[in-house]
Amino acid sequence: MLEGLMIGLTTALSTQNLILVVGGCLVGTFIGMLPGLGPMSIIAIMIPIAVTIGDASAALILLAGVYYGAVFGGSTSSILINAPGVASTVATSFDGYPLTRQGKAGKALTIAAISSFAGGTIGAILLLVFAPMLASVALLFHSSEYFALMVVGLSAIAAFAGTGQVFKALLMTFLGLALGTVGEGVLFNMPRFTGGILDLQSGFGFITLAMAMFALPEALYLVLDPDRSKQTGAGGKIKDLRITKDEAKSIAPVIGRQSIQGFLIGVLPGAGATIASFLGYAVERNLATKEEQAKFGKGSVKGLAAPESANNAACTGSFVPLLTLGIPGSGTTAILLGALIALNVSPGPRLMIDDPEIFWAVIISMYIGNLVLLILNLPLIPYIAKVLAVPRNYLIPFILFFTLMGAYIGQNNATELLILVGFGVVATAFRFADYPLAPLLIGFILGPLLENNFARSMQLYDGIAFIWQRPMTMVLLILAVLLILLPGFRARRAAARAKGAADGD
Amino acid sequence: MALDRWIAFFLLLAFAIYGYTAFFTMDELLPPIMQRNPVWPSSFPKVLAIGGTVSALIVLLGFEKSSDPDAADINYRKLTQYKLGQALGLLGLMVVYALVLRPLGFIVATFLFLALGSLVLGERRYLIIAIVSGLAAGGIWYLVNVVLGIFLPALPSFM
Repeated sequence: MLEGLMIGLTTALSTQNLILVVGGCLVGTFIGMLPGLGPMSIIAIMIPIAVTIGDASAALILLAGVYYGAVFGGSTSSILINAPGVASTVATSFDGYPLTRQGKAGKALTIAAISSFAGGTIGAILLLVFAPMLASVALLFHSSEYFALMVVGLSAIAAFAGTGQVFKALLMTFLGLALGTVGEGVLFNMPRFTGGILDLQSGFGFITLAMAMFALPEALYLVLDPDRSKQTGAGGKIKDLRITKDEAKSIAPVIGRQSIQGFLIGVLPGAGATIASFLGYAVERNLATKEEQAKFGKGSVKGLAAPESANNAACTGSFVPLLTLGIPGSGTTAILLGALIALNVSPGPRLMIDDPEIFWAVIISMYIGNLVLLILNLPLIPYIAKVLAVPRNYLIPFILFFTLMGAYIGQNNATELLILVGFGVVATAFRFADYPLAPLLIGFILGPLLENNFARSMQLYDGIAFIWQRPMTMVLLILAVLLILLPGFRARRAAARAKGAADGD
Repeated sequence: MALDRWIAFFLLLAFAIYGYTAFFTMDELLPPIMQRNPVWPSSFPKVLAIGGTVSALIVLLGFEKSSDPDAADINYRKLTQYKLGQALGLLGLMVVYALVLRPLGFIVATFLFLALGSLVLGERRYLIIAIVSGLAAGGIWYLVNVVLGIFLPALPSFM
């Protein structure tokens, strides 16, 4: 392994490759900020440039830089204007945007940068050590386990079901799941609930819905109540850039746990960064103390650090099946696989033996990419956060235009924009009436995965028995039940303890 | 009736229609070969329809005592005291943008959207509006279409 590391270091540390990784990070960060352009599309855009370099290691190093940059850039728009452009940064906006509203945009971005860095770096170390071993474990995950994993992911909605809101959160989840059934599914070759409208054939777009649920209502709130913009630290002053010692202490274990958990989820083909970020959020909320729990969703530093480290670690994790088995675990790695094949490299079990310099250079470039990202972004944060200092009269039309762009770009379908406005108005009404919107989006993202994997398991195992016949499925489902019930149980116990009773153990 | 219960009422109607489709009309379209599958396209929607209807009913009938709204948030009962006109104006602009994007082309439509948006919000420095909107519309088009190579029709459809 040490020999391999040396090969990787010498390849990745050449001047050309260093320039490429820095350039890739910068390009990724800036384009990633535009909603509608996630890591997948940015990498697809960069492939022609990468292929013309000719050298496979250099091309992959460039693309890895772009990948990390894009993931971080996506978090920026989630944190600053509540516009998650990719599904994996939806959970980032849960606590990132409330922090911005408290005038702590700089701090939120710093936490995001540090968590991303830690997640990516820990992920890369795990990749280095465990890649071959994990690859075989990942293949043990079948449809039934994926189904159970999606149920665990759905338990994240418990985080949004505050007092007096349990059924509102449930209603929103069901609505999200129902919206996810619109269109032609993967498993059934028939359109459902399209009402014969051709534009709905492929279902609602994720970005359209994300923008309509999060960004548009927030922008409308800013329009309705001009005082609201003043609270976000507009006027150019970005206070609280630094993290206090206490905060660092409280997020350190979160980052550690979520980097490992996120990585392991990322290794599973098809699960990916989105599930990792939701799960990370749910798990950390359940582990937090009662006072901290109340802060989740209202600007908790833990709630921001958890999904950010998890989604970056998961991105790294998704390289495990790609590099060791040649199986792309996510859309982004599928595109990377395409790039590899175009460069005459075939990923798979023989990659480590046939082209060790490529394998190791990619891993080393992940470290370097993460480090470069941190070094580049920390000084840039005050300037990125300055976006909020743009006068309201210009900023709001731009935010609205951004939401429109996100839904339009790449699809060139104007109907999508009308759907966006329609949903945006409905979502604003939901917010007026105190309905939590995050469960809707979580349901919409996880619903199709849940249904497909369940249907596939039912076919494969001939009935529902797989739930108790497959131990891993069972364990995951029990975990989901615990995640849902535990907060209520703990609250009741705390209440009982406050009364001076129930101190059994 | 408070807004949250009105919303629950409308969602109840929506789930009723959704459920009716799932329970009574969807299966007729199912080809015979797919009827041997354990899970039908209508199975999951049926579960959702029941769950959605039950939760909507619970919210509608007020079984759950709702929490006090956040004081800092907008109170919809006093909506007219806020800048409602501006918000509706911007929403209108977004709809118009969607309708004219193709006929007018990206650059003109975006320029008009950004400029009129600022005007709706009360900005009156016309020169700055024109410069900012023009630069933004042109710059984004250049970035997306030329640099990134994602097709974005720039000119009006008749040109």
